[in-house]
Amino acid sequence: MSAGLKDATAIVGIGQTPFARQLPSSEKTLACRAVLEALDDAGIPPSQVDAFASYTMEETDEVEVAKAIGAGDVTFFAKAGYGGGGSCATVAHLAMAIATGQAHVGVAWRSRKRGSGPRPWRDTRAQLPTPAQWTRPYGLLRPADEIAMLTRRYMHEYGATRDHLFHVALACRNRANQNPRAIMYERPLTREMYMTSRWISEPLCLFDNCLETDGALACVVVSAERARDCRRRPVYVHSAAQGLPAQHHGMVNYWNEDPLTGPAWTAARHLWKNADLTPRDVDVAQIYDAFTALVPLSLEGYGFCGRGEGAAFTEGGALELGGRLPLNTAGGGLSEAYVHGFNLINEGVRQLRGTSTAQVPDATACLVTAGEGVPTSALLLRS
Amino acid sequence: MSSIMRGTTDNGPDTRPPGPLLPEPDEDGAPFWEFAARGELRVQTCADCHEPRFPPRPCCPHCQSFATAWRRMTGRGRIWSYVLPHPPLLPFYADRAPYNVAVVELADAPRIRLVGNVVAAPGARLDSLDPALLRIGASVRVTFDELAEGVTVPRWLLERP
Repeated sequence: MSAGLKDATAIVGIGQTPFARQLPSSEKTLACRAVLEALDDAGIPPSQVDAFASYTMEETDEVEVAKAIGAGDVTFFAKAGYGGGGSCATVAHLAMAIATGQAHVGVAWRSRKRGSGPRPWRDTRAQLPTPAQWTRPYGLLRPADEIAMLTRRYMHEYGATRDHLFHVALACRNRANQNPRAIMYERPLTREMYMTSRWISEPLCLFDNCLETDGALACVVVSAERARDCRRRPVYVHSAAQGLPAQHHGMVNYWNEDPLTGPAWTAARHLWKNADLTPRDVDVAQIYDAFTALVPLSLEGYGFCGRGEGAAFTEGGALELGGRLPLNTAGGGLSEAYVHGFNLINEGVRQLRGTSTAQVPDATACLVTAGEGVPTSALLLRS
Repeated sequence: MSSIMRGTTDNGPDTRPPGPLLPEPDEDGAPFWEFAARGELRVQTCADCHEPRFPPRPCCPHCQSFATAWRRMTGRGRIWSYVLPHPPLLPFYADRAPYNVAVVELADAPRIRLVGNVVAAPGARLDSLDPALLRIGASVRVTFDELAEGVTVPRWLLERP
């Protein structure tokens, strides 16, 4: 039963700071700038904000954002876990809160200085979101190592090659080359650069890994009714889902029946069940790309192709503009900015407003996904 | 949550020579490490329905029993996948990169897969094995390496190097 969520709410404002390897402002300042820009985009005064949602890894609490921007009385606040797996869940939680009358104007945001700040995997004292005693003593230290393990198995089982991963990196880079706000705007990528780049964790090379970025983004969610009075064309939250599969382990998902069937499959079943659309109706996709290998897995999980066909799906320019499924049209985490996937949400909104720098003509439906390989979330947006 | 790893850090002043990260067991995992210190590879198993499970946890996801046994494995398995990490890495590991990290599927319980390193000989360094010898499906057997006093981890040797 989800009669209350389908198209009941809309994203009516988006905001972001510049993206860079290093920004001088604090994460708190960046968060406030992105939130205020999103509210201005919507034409809604900050005093009317009564709901907040962010990631558990977000360092600036809603208390700090609310009092800095001048929010009113807040009646809903939530945080979604599992790093980049929580991106779409922030919007989903606001949509549920607004659809059920818990709040009226919701702000979701992520601010992160991952470019100039510490790498989480270097922390040897804090609990990391993995069963670290079983992996880290052996030198499986970083997210890149953990996902590389699944990648090699995927290549072994389905005949995927480095060229398939390159197709993902190239599509993202080509879109970034069209987006003046992307970190990699003026940096084209060639197959030779990809094939001769240094290894990070074999079989993943430098260009299979996302950027390290300072920046912040935000968006504003209101009811569909309220959305009609806002400054921009509403982008409706048609369907939303979270996914934590049975016996899933998060990042080091090596210990169940079928480690290559990840959270995307669980989120997808729920997402499509509650949608009027099918994967065939999706005009453009923003798929979480902390690592290239997550894209073929997600293509399978969200039903764009069959099990084991995700790599082959990337062939023939399928992910490019004009292809079967244009991907990460602002450049994604690989080439626009890596801010735990929030830039994918805002780009989904731009596509359905018709304002992307790599616009898919007449796009009316966009899938946005959060991190695959961790408990995840997804949004199906429509204009 | 309290720290579950101890070892070197490059996040603050630390003058110790770089060593490996040592497992810091939680309550559920402690028996695994105690058996490893005795040179035994054992896996948590439900004492009622006899399903093995990994990583260890308080109760059985199949029958919800809290009764636990630790079943001894033969120590034979096959490589399910592996990676070769390159820097940037923590100092101990950067000194040995590229080394291998493998996931080994146990012959006695194929859904139980252990992360570990394939080495050239018992007690050899992380980077002792030529990576060209690694392949998915290769048969391995367990050996044990004492990383520090009382801290022993399983490692893996190729059956047919």
